[in-house]
Amino acid sequence: MKKRIATVSLAGCFGCHMSLLDIDERLLELLKEVEFDRSPLNDLKRFTRRCDIGLVEGGCCNEENVHTLQEFRRNCDVLIAVGQCAVMGGLPVMRNAIMHSDDPLRECLETAYLNSDKIYNPSNRIPNDAALPLLLDKVYTLADVVKVDYQIPGCPPSGDTLWNTLEALLAGKPVALAYEQLRYD
Amino acid sequence: MKNSVISACRRYADDRTRLMDILLDIQRELKGIEPAAMDRIAGRLGITRVEVEGMVSFYTFFSNRIKGDIVIRLCSDIIDRHAGGGEIAKCFSEALGIAVGETTADGRFSLEYIPFLGMSDQAPSAMIDETIVTCLTAEKVRLICSRLQAGVAPRELAAHTGDGNNGHPLIRSEVVNNIRCAGDVLLCPVPDNAGLMRALQRRPREILEELEESGLTGRGGAGFPTSRKWRVAADTGAERRCIICNADEGEPGTFKDRVLLTERAGLMIEGMTIAAYTVGSDTGIIYLRAEYAYLRSYLESLLRARREQGLLGKDAGGKRGFNFDIRIQMGAGAYICGEESALISSCEGLRGEPKNRPPFPVESGYLGYPTVVDNVETFCCVARIMDRGGAWFGGFGTGKSTGTKLFSVSGDCTRPGVYELPFGISVRELLDLVDAPEAAAVQVGGPSGEMINESQFGRRLCLEDLATGGSVMVFSRRRNILEIVDYFLGFFVEESCGYCTPCRVGNVFLKKRIEKIRKGLCELEDLDYLRELGKTIAMTSRCGLGHTSPNPVLSTIRNFPLVYAALLKERGDGLQASFDIQSALEESRRLAKRRSMIYDPNYDEG
Amino acid sequence: MSKQFKFEIDGIEIEARHGQSIMQAADDAGVYIPRLCDVEGLEPQGSCRVCVVKQNGRVVSACTQPAIEGSKVENETEEILGYRRDLVRMLYHEGNHLCPICEASGRCELQAMGYRLGITQATKYPYLQPVRPVDASHPDIVLDTNRCILCGRCIRASRDIDKKHVFEYVGRGIHKRVGVNGNKLADTNVELKDRAIDLATCPVGCIIQKGRGFFAPIGERQFDKKPITLGVGPGKGRGKP
Repeated sequence: MKKRIATVSLAGCFGCHMSLLDIDERLLELLKEVEFDRSPLNDLKRFTRRCDIGLVEGGCCNEENVHTLQEFRRNCDVLIAVGQCAVMGGLPVMRNAIMHSDDPLRECLETAYLNSDKIYNPSNRIPNDAALPLLLDKVYTLADVVKVDYQIPGCPPSGDTLWNTLEALLAGKPVALAYEQLRYD
Repeated sequence: MKNSVISACRRYADDRTRLMDILLDIQRELKGIEPAAMDRIAGRLGITRVEVEGMVSFYTFFSNRIKGDIVIRLCSDIIDRHAGGGEIAKCFSEALGIAVGETTADGRFSLEYIPFLGMSDQAPSAMIDETIVTCLTAEKVRLICSRLQAGVAPRELAAHTGDGNNGHPLIRSEVVNNIRCAGDVLLCPVPDNAGLMRALQRRPREILEELEESGLTGRGGAGFPTSRKWRVAADTGAERRCIICNADEGEPGTFKDRVLLTERAGLMIEGMTIAAYTVGSDTGIIYLRAEYAYLRSYLESLLRARREQGLLGKDAGGKRGFNFDIRIQMGAGAYICGEESALISSCEGLRGEPKNRPPFPVESGYLGYPTVVDNVETFCCVARIMDRGGAWFGGFGTGKSTGTKLFSVSGDCTRPGVYELPFGISVRELLDLVDAPEAAAVQVGGPSGEMINESQFGRRLCLEDLATGGSVMVFSRRRNILEIVDYFLGFFVEESCGYCTPCRVGNVFLKKRIEKIRKGLCELEDLDYLRELGKTIAMTSRCGLGHTSPNPVLSTIRNFPLVYAALLKERGDGLQASFDIQSALEESRRLAKRRSMIYDPNYDEG
Repeated sequence: MSKQFKFEIDGIEIEARHGQSIMQAADDAGVYIPRLCDVEGLEPQGSCRVCVVKQNGRVVSACTQPAIEGSKVENETEEILGYRRDLVRMLYHEGNHLCPICEASGRCELQAMGYRLGITQATKYPYLQPVRPVDASHPDIVLDTNRCILCGRCIRASRDIDKKHVFEYVGRGIHKRVGVNGNKLADTNVELKDRAIDLATCPVGCIIQKGRGFFAPIGERQFDKKPITLGVGPGKGRGKP
């Protein structure tokens, strides 16, 4: 039976998903062995059934990220953190380190929407639509929120790295990456 | 400022190796060492300002901003805390109108915590400038504060003085000795200079043999044979050698050196003199911890008197060609300086960081000279061994741990204090002596030692079983074991010098996880995490602090497994127990003035 | 000529001269022992602990421990590799090591050590995420101590080679950091040509030279193709690689 894979990008840039497409013609080989469930690649928004592998790109910066991640954890046997943002927060985590005030989230929002001369925001308001997910107090890595079974670092991990990792995992073999395939950038 | 700095530097001949003393003088006079003063000191000593800053920022008694005229330091040790230290802090805070860590607007008072004052037997305690106040109550604190505010000098605070030499005009402290059990070696009546006089009639080789026969091991806790240490120092070729007495007793729960320094200082100096004669040293240093500054004038007077009697100085003890003198080096608040090579760094005017070994201090120590560093109690024992003989001393204790040992007992017992007992006594026997029928846990050897449970009270206090420098803290069933562990880790985090990675970073990680466990946010597998992390810290750290700092965690996991089991959960949902979405959203809810569509069940009502 | 003797590292016989550290003897023999705070030309410090080995069963830092005749040294055993991974992870988690945006990425020794040790998997270590201000006051140099691993190489280079003592450790414990001789870097006499500022001195992206960012393209950076080892890395290795 084909293995089911789900993928999602949380607080990420979709770069890791692009990298997945970088496996090029090997995608066809992959599709012989797996079926994609919930994923932006097929635009499925919900799990149709339990999956063997969940690939999660990006960390958690808002409540929706947390919610989605928890759903992935509940619905996937093996959860894989893909890319530097998922592994350690990546670029979004910079907000944890640059906030110096006693009211860091306000400082972050005001810098982003009000106080920067690079911003065009004639309403001079911070977006606050009811449909917008609430931001978390800081950016969390996947492992901060749920148990993560495996990590693939990189920004993004190369197509080869992803391919080799998936191939090994699908075959139930230990992942062995060549030196050039392990990158933190 | 300028004049204070110049005169302080001049006082020590602009000697860079005396930077500790220079900074202590300036701190005392100016109440702080600001960047401008650092610049000036650096200029005088021909070093860079950042070197001075490195020193000022290392020692807790130095400050880079101006503190109050009077600094009140509250002991935050676990025993003091259990004795109501929190309440006492609140009383000081209220009476002075400042929080701990602040200075009053008029610049008169600063209030702060220090990790360990050395008064666990009379807790809660505090240090007001150099004056110690003990057995604090709310009422006593209010009285102290009102008298200080009325202009009474800290050293005039004591209504009555403690027993023995605590009443000496140069000490005049309310500290009491609490000698509960005087043994046959140190705390019994001892004759003056008998050991020294006998030693000076013998050859150094014979002294070493006598010491070897006595089986004396270092009283600091590590238990290294004293004779072997001295022999290396004597055998290492050098033009000078140095004898240092480690009076930097900083292991929480230890206060027996305080009592020896008060009542047996003569014996200690004798021991140092014997060491100097044996290894061929002309330089002696007593490294006295900053918290015991109240004993300094008294110790200075003893040294002076001995110089006048010809027991120190040129041809000391009447021995032609034996020239030996001792100076006191004050510490400035750093537990790590109890480590012998860190202590030497401190004496040299450096940050109190341990040195790389080899070379060992006995080969190359203070200023590069072979240096013997021994504990106060060790030197006292030496003097007694010279008087009564190695065989006599070896008759006490066990095979590997000879002699008597001073135990500092504190915590949940009716008779806290100093007990001189032969090595090998069981914990239970000691608990009977101190009257601790409710003891449920005993911390042997301070935070870096081991915490044992009731079923282990039959274990013996000696090198063969439970090695200790003398700290014995008793905890009753009422106490929260993990609170104690958390405190101990906090102590190590605070006191790690930060030199090596595992001790600097690893201890922070240990503490963070214990905090989470205390909040019920951890799972069973976190015990493996703690064990592995603890092992890496213990194995890879550079000095004894890191080698032992995971002990509070490791020994309680071993000896109090149920304490952990009660707080650890087994989760099956794959979510991290430690992640709390509600608190992570709190800020956002407040700023957006709305509730969470996902995580607030009654969202619509909001 | 000082006395020669032999000892073993992971079963390989090594020759050493009297007075050599395990590290020096290993370097001369072409055996690599991983290290971060130790670098050629500077006094060994023994602080990062990444070079820990077991000498006759005792864990010691290879850069400061003298080689002992006839001793057996364990370098690449699972136990030692485990310690090294923990230590490198501790350094990662202590600072802000955002490789994707770091100018030193690809030539960073901390990163290269992570690669060499095969660190991919999640740890339970928390990220400490320091928030120290970046000092960009100097016209030619930026100092971002959030990326500092406290190896002290700049301190020793400035003190012992440049004879300026611009840098020094300040603070204690987890608050320990590298301070500069003044309120900010621009107040000091540090210069671009100083050894302390040399790209080979800072193993990470803490000391950055202005106007020289990202000079090597991805794929051609120092550690892109080859793991960090003797002779690969700035000023690595005392002897022949």
